[in-house]
Amino acid sequence: MSLDKEKIKHVAKLARISVDEAKVDSLTKDLNSIFKFIEQLNELNTDKVEPLTSILNQSLRSRKDEISDGKIREKILKNSPKKNEEFFVVPKVVE
Amino acid sequence: MSNITNQSLSEILESIKSKKISSLELTQAYIKNIENAKKLNAFVTTTFDQALENAKKFDNKPNNEKLLNGIPLAVKDLFCTENVKTTAGSNILNNFVPSYESTVTKNLWNNGAFLLGKLNCDEFAMGSSNETSFFGNVINPIGDHLVPGGSSGGSSSALAADLTPATIGTDTGGSIRQPASFTGTVGLKPTYGLCSRWGIVAFASSLDQAGPMTKTVNDCSIMLEAMSGFDEKDSTSINKKKETYSKNLKDNIKGLKIGIPKEYRVENMPKEIDELWEKGKKILKDLGAQLIDISLPHTKYALPTYYIVAPAEASSNLARYDGVRYGYRSQKGKDLIEMYENTRSEGFGDEVKRRILIGTYVLSSGYYDAYYLKAQKVRQLIKKDFDDSFTKVDAILTPSTPSSAFKIGEKANDPVSMYLNDIFTVPVNLAGLPALSIPAGLDKQGYPLGLQLIGKALDEQKILNIGYAFEKNCGYKNEIKKWWS
Repeated sequence: MSLDKEKIKHVAKLARISVDEAKVDSLTKDLNSIFKFIEQLNELNTDKVEPLTSILNQSLRSRKDEISDGKIREKILKNSPKKNEEFFVVPKVVE
Repeated sequence: MSNITNQSLSEILESIKSKKISSLELTQAYIKNIENAKKLNAFVTTTFDQALENAKKFDNKPNNEKLLNGIPLAVKDLFCTENVKTTAGSNILNNFVPSYESTVTKNLWNNGAFLLGKLNCDEFAMGSSNETSFFGNVINPIGDHLVPGGSSGGSSSALAADLTPATIGTDTGGSIRQPASFTGTVGLKPTYGLCSRWGIVAFASSLDQAGPMTKTVNDCSIMLEAMSGFDEKDSTSINKKKETYSKNLKDNIKGLKIGIPKEYRVENMPKEIDELWEKGKKILKDLGAQLIDISLPHTKYALPTYYIVAPAEASSNLARYDGVRYGYRSQKGKDLIEMYENTRSEGFGDEVKRRILIGTYVLSSGYYDAYYLKAQKVRQLIKKDFDDSFTKVDAILTPSTPSSAFKIGEKANDPVSMYLNDIFTVPVNLAGLPALSIPAGLDKQGYPLGLQLIGKALDEQKILNIGYAFEKNCGYKNEIKKWWS
């Protein structure tokens, strides 16, 4: 199948990436060549194959639900581009 | 001691132990090299003051019981380092200073090493040439017009140029082995789960693995021993007893069965690579190994599978970069959604955006079965190919890459041709296996080429032993003219 510009803009919206109108053409070309390459997989019949969901021969471990650290608010806020004393600050979302 | 930095890690460790050189002298020698090698653009950040402090501390109280005592090390800028900027080669993390240390780097420091600086890499480790880095492309010391491979291109360049005695990279589809091959160095991708992923900037979590990049196989075994180990903080970390790879390194490979997969002889592969593969087979045969023809029938589907699985995982992992909690934030946009969109558009480079879009698309409603589920099924077939082969052989020998180092800009505008560079390395990641790239010769232009040894899961010792025997008998010597200083 081929991806058209509208589809690409829709996917970009889902991924929360704004796409420069001037770049949509080259992006469409690149993505279509990649998908053409990917679609070689359709040559294979995989009806009876179980999907591989983990490469390890072990199931995921569980641990006790205990607090192992804490009181690190300052560390967590340290790298935020905009914050006040206790919170991350984002553009206003409710009027 | 002017040539200390030419030496291998194990030789340097010996010199430190016998007090032929102090850690401070060693560190100063590397700093001098790094300052003279700015043209290579291998470093994003240097931590010289901190390194000199650590070296002095070691010299005041030398202790030689650990694996890496008094050794300064530069690491790929994908490993989070406490209070030292960690960028992953991206504008979106340009100002990110972690308040924690990755487990793998912590293991190195606990073994007596200390940080010298952070090495350039493709943005979020997405690339095969180091051209996608926000901090500019890295130059291969082999020639000023050549890429160093990627994504661990700063690591391979720095190692080959004597800017660090050894280093670490990460390998999601070949990002350790391909740059090692392009620079005539040794690179190992360990079994998935052997080295902790905790504190490494995530790309594709079911494929990512950290591993050593070194000048010799012995150095590689020392580094692997130091960096590996169970970590509670990584849910896919394998809980097993720690191995002493360096102590157990042996060059006797008599009777080992080496598989030669016919599918790795690909169309348009340069004759020289075929000849090099033949040379490798002969060396192993002369050492008493038995060569066995095998088939890995789904090899050609590995790359298309990878380009579904890896972008899908990347699109999920990179959803965290929202301009709110850390990293770059765009000043444009009238509301929250626009802030997200502009932040991610300005913060990510073209290759990263391409892969996020591929990943978002293959996971989106209505397409999941056709792409992602299909890829998971083919991944099963690829893994089964290896499982079947490993009932017959101990290890598999292949070329590491389908070409030697290519020119800067040569493949930058054609993503698929760039992806094809990982054709021999990607199947190993999909199957979670360990693989070692070792330098094996030069092509007619004088550029290094590597061969790859693939092992069973957790069989690192065996491929290190084969690599060790191979290295002793191959006669490869990496002689790089220091044109940059």
